[in-house]
Amino acid sequence: MTEARSRRVTIVPNGPVLVEGPVELVTDDGTTHTSDRFVVAVCACRRSKRYPFCDTSHRKRVRSDDSPESQDDSR
Amino acid sequence: MQLPSPRGPLSEQVVATLKGDPDGRAIDFSDADPYGEDLTIALHTLYELHYGGFDGVHPAWEWDPELLRLRARIENVFLEQLRSDVDGGEDVDATLGDLLVEHVPGSGVSHHLRDNGTWDQMCEYFAHRSVYHHKEADPHAWVIPRLRGRAKAALVAVEFDEFGGGRADRMHSRLYADLLEGAGMSSGYLHYLDDVPAPSIAIVNMMSLFGLHRSLRGALVGHFAAAEITTAPSARRMAQALERLGADPRCVEFFTEHIEADAVHEQIMRNDVIGSLLEQEPSLRADVVFGVQATEHLESRLGAHLLSSWDSGESSLRTRLRWLVSQNG
Ligand code: FES
Ligand SMILES: [Fe+2]
Ligand SMILES: [Fe+2]
Repeated sequence: MTEARSRRVTIVPNGPVLVEGPVELVTDDGTTHTSDRFVVAVCACRRSKRYPFCDTSHRKRVRSDDSPESQDDSR
Repeated sequence: MQLPSPRGPLSEQVVATLKGDPDGRAIDFSDADPYGEDLTIALHTLYELHYGGFDGVHPAWEWDPELLRLRARIENVFLEQLRSDVDGGEDVDATLGDLLVEHVPGSGVSHHLRDNGTWDQMCEYFAHRSVYHHKEADPHAWVIPRLRGRAKAALVAVEFDEFGGGRADRMHSRLYADLLEGAGMSSGYLHYLDDVPAPSIAIVNMMSLFGLHRSLRGALVGHFAAAEITTAPSARRMAQALERLGADPRCVEFFTEHIEADAVHEQIMRNDVIGSLLEQEPSLRADVVFGVQATEHLESRLGAHLLSSWDSGESSLRTRLRWLVSQNG
C-alpha cells in the first residue's frame, strides 16, 4: 500500500482556489458538481457564471471604449 | 491529406518539390511579404511534414537537407518580421498582466459574434480556427524535452488535459471535430486549409516555429500562456453567441469545456510553467515576453482581417465559391 498523499489546495490571491482533481463540489442548494480535471479552479469570488467553477469573471475590468489595444482582437 | 494549392512562386516550388517535380532553382523571395499568402502556405507545408505529412509524399522529405535549408530561410524572414513588429522588453509580469484585464465593452471578434454575428460568419470562424484545432496542443508538445523539473511537469499536465486526460473522445482536437460536425461542416483533417487566408495560418506557423526550435522555448511558453489566458473569456462569449444562434450542442460544448479548462490552464502556465522556467533560466525573460507579444500581434492581425471583411459584407475566407461547394460536398 502506498501512503495516501495529501491533496494540494492552492489559494490564488484575487482568484480561484485550485484543488487537485477529481473533486465533487456540493453547493448551498445541495447540488453536486463533479470534475475529474487534474486541477480544478473553484470560484472564490462568487461572480462566475459557471459557479462553483471559475470562469475568469474574477478578473479586473476596465472600461476601454476607445483604447486602441482593445480594438480588433480576434478572440 | 493532399498537398495544398500553391499561392505564389515560393509555395509553388515547395509543392512541386514534394510532388517529386522540383525545378531545382534557388528561389529568391527576398521581397516576399513575411505575412503574405505565398510565404505563409509555403512554411505551413514544410511544417506539416513534421505533423501528418501528405498523401503520396515520402516521409523522408521531413529531414531533407535542402528543404530544411529553405525552411530556415523562410523562418528567418517570418521571425525577423515578428521581432520588429513587437515592443519587446523583459517585464513578464507586466506583459501578462495586460492580458489579465477584461476590457468592457470590448470590441474583439468574439464580442462581435456574441452580439451581431451571423451563422455564416460563425462557420467562417470555425474554418479559420480549424487550421489550429485539428492539431490542438500538438505544436506545444515539441517543447517538452526542452523543459526541466516543475516547468516540465506542469506543462505536461496541461497538455494531458488538452489531449483529453487519456480519453480520445475528450481530446480538444476531437471536440473541435465534433463542433465542425455539429455545424454541418467537414471534420476532415485540414479540410478547409485552401480556403483559409494567411492571418490564421501564420498563427499556427508561429507555434510550430517556437515549438521546433529549442532556442525559442521561452517564446513557446510565453505564447502558450498568452493563449490560455485569453481563451476563457472569449470562449464564454463564443458559447453565448452559439446559444443565441441556436447551434448544435456539440458546437457549444467545445467552448464551455474551454471556459473551465483554460481558467485552470492559465493558472498553471503562469505560476508553475513560466514561474519555474524563469527561476531555472532567468535569461529567458525577453523570449517569454516576445512569445506573448508575437501572439497578441498575430491575433490582432487576424481580428482586423475578420472584422474588416465582415464590416464590408464580404467573406473572410479566400474564395467564397470554393467554400460553398466544399460545405455542400
Ligand atoms: S474566482 Fe474566478 S470566477 Fe470567481
Ligand atoms: Fe484546448
Ligand atoms: Fe487550454
